Order: sequence, then structure tokens, then C-alpha cells
Amino acid sequence: MTIRRFLRFLPVVPSILLLLLFLLAPVAWSFYASFTDAALSGKAARDPQWVGADNYVRMFSENSFPLAAWLTVVFVVASAVIGQNVLGLLIALLMTRSRNAVSALVGTAVVAAWVLPEIVAAFAAYAYFNRDGTLNQVVGLLGGQGLDWLYSFPLVAIILANTWRGTAFSMLVYRAALAEVPRDIAEAALMDGARGWQRLAFITLPLIRSSIATNLMLITLQTLAVFTLIWVMTAGGPAGASTTLPVLAYQEAFKFGDIGYGTAVASVLILLGMVFGAVYVRLLREQRP
Amino acid sequence: MEGATAGGRSRFRAKLGADIALAVIGICFLAPLLWLLLAAVDPQAGYQTKVPSAPSLANFSAVLTPELLFQPLANSFLLSAGTAAVNLIAAVLAAYPLSRYQSRFNKPFMYTVLFGTSLPVTAIMVPVYGLFVQLQMLDSMAATIFFMATTTLPMAIWMTKNFMDSVPLELEEAAWMDGASAMAALRRIVLPLMRQGLGVVFIFVFIQAWGNFFVPFILLLSPGKQPAAVSIFSFFGQHGAIAYGQLAAFSILYSVPVLVLYALVSRGMGNSFALSGAMKG
Repeated sequence: MTIRRFLRFLPVVPSILLLLLFLLAPVAWSFYASFTDAALSGKAARDPQWVGADNYVRMFSENSFPLAAWLTVVFVVASAVIGQNVLGLLIALLMTRSRNAVSALVGTAVVAAWVLPEIVAAFAAYAYFNRDGTLNQVVGLLGGQGLDWLYSFPLVAIILANTWRGTAFSMLVYRAALAEVPRDIAEAALMDGARGWQRLAFITLPLIRSSIATNLMLITLQTLAVFTLIWVMTAGGPAGASTTLPVLAYQEAFKFGDIGYGTAVASVLILLGMVFGAVYVRLLREQRP
Repeated sequence: MEGATAGGRSRFRAKLGADIALAVIGICFLAPLLWLLLAAVDPQAGYQTKVPSAPSLANFSAVLTPELLFQPLANSFLLSAGTAAVNLIAAVLAAYPLSRYQSRFNKPFMYTVLFGTSLPVTAIMVPVYGLFVQLQMLDSMAATIFFMATTTLPMAIWMTKNFMDSVPLELEEAAWMDGASAMAALRRIVLPLMRQGLGVVFIFVFIQAWGNFFVPFILLLSPGKQPAAVSIFSFFGQHGAIAYGQLAAFSILYSVPVLVLYALVSRGMGNSFALSGAMKG
């Protein structure tokens, strides 16, 4: 490459520096610190010692990590892969054959939960699932017995809340995808009865399968990283019943001051994100004409 | 359209069914927001959703104080505008050569950047905290802005490049003929033509930063620097006695700017979502 051609690409440098300093460096530091006993305070804060794989061994000797990993899987599968994905697709399909005014209004309602700042959405969800909250009031009106959702079924409440908060993204993706499906095919596929379902399964879904794949990757990555919603609604409790990996990493590092162990948990999450990210980038490359 | 034919009738019925199903879903999505709206105007609000017996704006006037609302909102604005500005400058600079010059590094670079969007930010917060301690950047507004800008930078570069690709190259070639440098052409010809796209990117990043809770929660320590997302949490979320109505009023005041901004660009944003790497590559 000649100097002249090199100079042309000079404007990319600020972005590269930012990405190196604030994304790559923390990731590298995370993997390094996870092999030390770094702490928030005390001797290990000033002079962390190399402890080898101790933190990773500890992960599997304590119950908190396997439990958090399992809860994370349940949370991601239930609220993103099933909840947001299926509901988003369903809403988008219904929109293709409902009146414009109805679909615009409902679209706004779905998007509102998504556009609100996450802390406000989290407060609203907390109030909704509260013992005295709206959900129990509705249950009461229907003659049922209210439950203390956040205490008895914290993960269920969080899964529902995250589905509520995130479905808009899948809905927008699928609306765009369905808009590109030739109209007569979409209509035919949605017409009455079992035959409609068959056409949906054999015609419409195969036509939008690349959108489904990319959407699944993106919402999985987003849901893997959810922290605020869980922190406000249950703070990971009671007794770790809603502690997913991001919450566990936060608690270990900041509540118990164990940066080494916290970064080990974070490193596992980062690795997970990298695997999903690599699959996502591959998907997009294959899709390109 | 809906004639008296059998086909028309069944289509009408199908339409009605879809309308009803959608309406039910819409109501379920609105239900959690109902409390927010009603409690905000109810001085005696609890976690119950009820029509206030004596509705008033008392909750709003209670939170309209400098330390409770204005300072945190000013901090939010500073953080978000700073993040969006840093983001936009870096993204425009990076997008220009990537959009205008062919190189075998372009594609790998764009895909590496895209890969960067995949890192779960919450997972990076523990190491970022460690990094900020080492570099003595903790509690620094500027450092927080640069970090927040970086987390949204990959998406911003993709969006900006896609917007820039749609500005025809011929327009600049004329300017180059007249002796203008690349940067001058960028400033005088390309940027004015993609004003709308730049606005979308700016607002997109601004909205994300405005709603961000976790990053400033970890990186900003002094109460005087915390944005509304964090101050609302430390005021209402951690204390025993909660003024529910004030919490709701505060939440609404804090949400209004992003709702307005989103409404402003929702069309362009939907477009750019479709355009950006996120969906089509």
C-alpha cells in the first residue's frame, strides 16, 4: 500500500483508538484479571497475585455459578427465543391483515415499552408484578388469588417483563421482512384454517428465514446482557432465584469486592457473546448477495 | 372492498379476528404503563392501579426541584449529547474512507466492527471499572462519555456508512476536479446531503445514552454528576419509604424527551435499522 493510500484511511484512526481502548482493552484485561485475586479493597487491590485457574475452579465448586448459568439459559430461551421472537412474529403477521389504524395503535403500544428508558420500564414492571400491583388486581377481578410474583416466581416475572420490553424489536424486524414477501403469497399463507398454517410453515417462514436467524442472534445477545430490569425488579433474589450471569458478575465484583472472581464470570459471558457474535457475522456474510 | 361475496365476507371476518387479537395484545402491552400514568397524578399513590380520588399535579411540583430533577436531567443531557457528538464525529470520519475508497481491508474491518456490537456491555462493566481505576478515570464525565460513545460506535459506523453510500460519488468527483481535498468535499458536499441520516444516527445514540442506567451507575460516583437514570434509582429504589406518585411523575418527566425524539425519527430509524448492518449486512 502506498503512503498516499494509507493516508486516505487516516480518518478511521480515532474510531480504532476508541474501540481498542474502551472495548478491546477491557476484554483483554477481563481475561487477565480472571486469573488473579484482584479485589476492590485491601492488599489484593494494590497488588493482585496470579492465582492460575483458581477462579474458574471455584465457579464449579460453588452452587451460585451453575445456578446462574442455568437461570441465564432459561431466561434467554423463554423471554427472547420464545417470548419476544414468537410474539413479535405473531404481531407482525396479524398486522399484515388487520386494519391500518389498529395496527398503528398497537404498534405504538408495543414500541412504547421498548423506547422508554430502561430504568422507567423496570420501575413500571416492578409496580405491575408487585403484590398490590396491576397484575394481581386483574387476577382478583377475574376471581383468582393474587400471588407475590416477585417473591414466589421471580424468574417468571422477569421473563414476562423482558418479553414485554423487548418484543418491539422483533416486531419491527418481522414487519420489514414480511413487507418484502410478495403480497399474494403472504395473503394466501394467512388465509383460513389449517391450510393457512401449513402455508405459513412451508411458504412464509422459509421466505423470511434469514431475518429469523439474524433476529434470533440479536435478541439472544441483547437478553444475555440484561441487567437493569432484573436489578430493579428483584436484585437477583430471593436467595439467587433470579441471579443471571450479569447479576452474578456484578454482585461478586462490587458487593463482595472480588474483582478476580467477578471478571472470571464476566469472561465467561464475554466468550458466550463472542460465540454468538461470530455466528451472527457469519450469517450476515452468507446473506450478502 | 368488502363486497357481499363469500370471499369478501371471510376476508372481513379474518380482518376482524386479527383486529381483536391485536387489540388484546396492545392492551396487555399498555397495562404496565397504566400505573405510571395514574400514580403520577395521584398524591396518595401506592403500587395499586386506581383512578386517583383527588387528582393533582402535586407529585410533579414535588419533584421539580434543582437537586432532584434539573441537575440530574442536565447531567443526562450532557452525557447523551456528548456521547452522540463523539460518536457522530468518529463515525463520520471512519465511514468516509470506508464508503469512498476501495480496499481489501474494508470488509474485514466492517465485520470486525460488527462483531464488536455483539459484546454484552454488562459483561464488560466489571473489567471497565478495573480499567477506569487503573487509569484514574473513575467519576470522570468525559471518560464516561468516551466509553459510552465506544459501546454504540460500531452500530453508528454501520449506519453512517450506509447513509453515506447512498450519496452518489460523482458529486464529489466534480469537487475533486476543482481541487477540493477529500475532507473539504466531505464537509461541503457529502455531509449536507446526508443531514437527515446524521440526525437519525445522532438521535439514535442520544436515546440509547439517555436511557442507559448501568454504565453511569458503575462509573460515576459523585451524586452531582449522576444522570437521571441513576439519581432516580438512588432516590427511589434504595430507600425504605417510597413516594410512589413522585417516582411516577419523575419517570414521566425523564421519559418525555426520548419519546419525543423517537417520534421525530421513527420513520428514518426504521429505515436505517433495515439499512444498517443489523439486518441486511
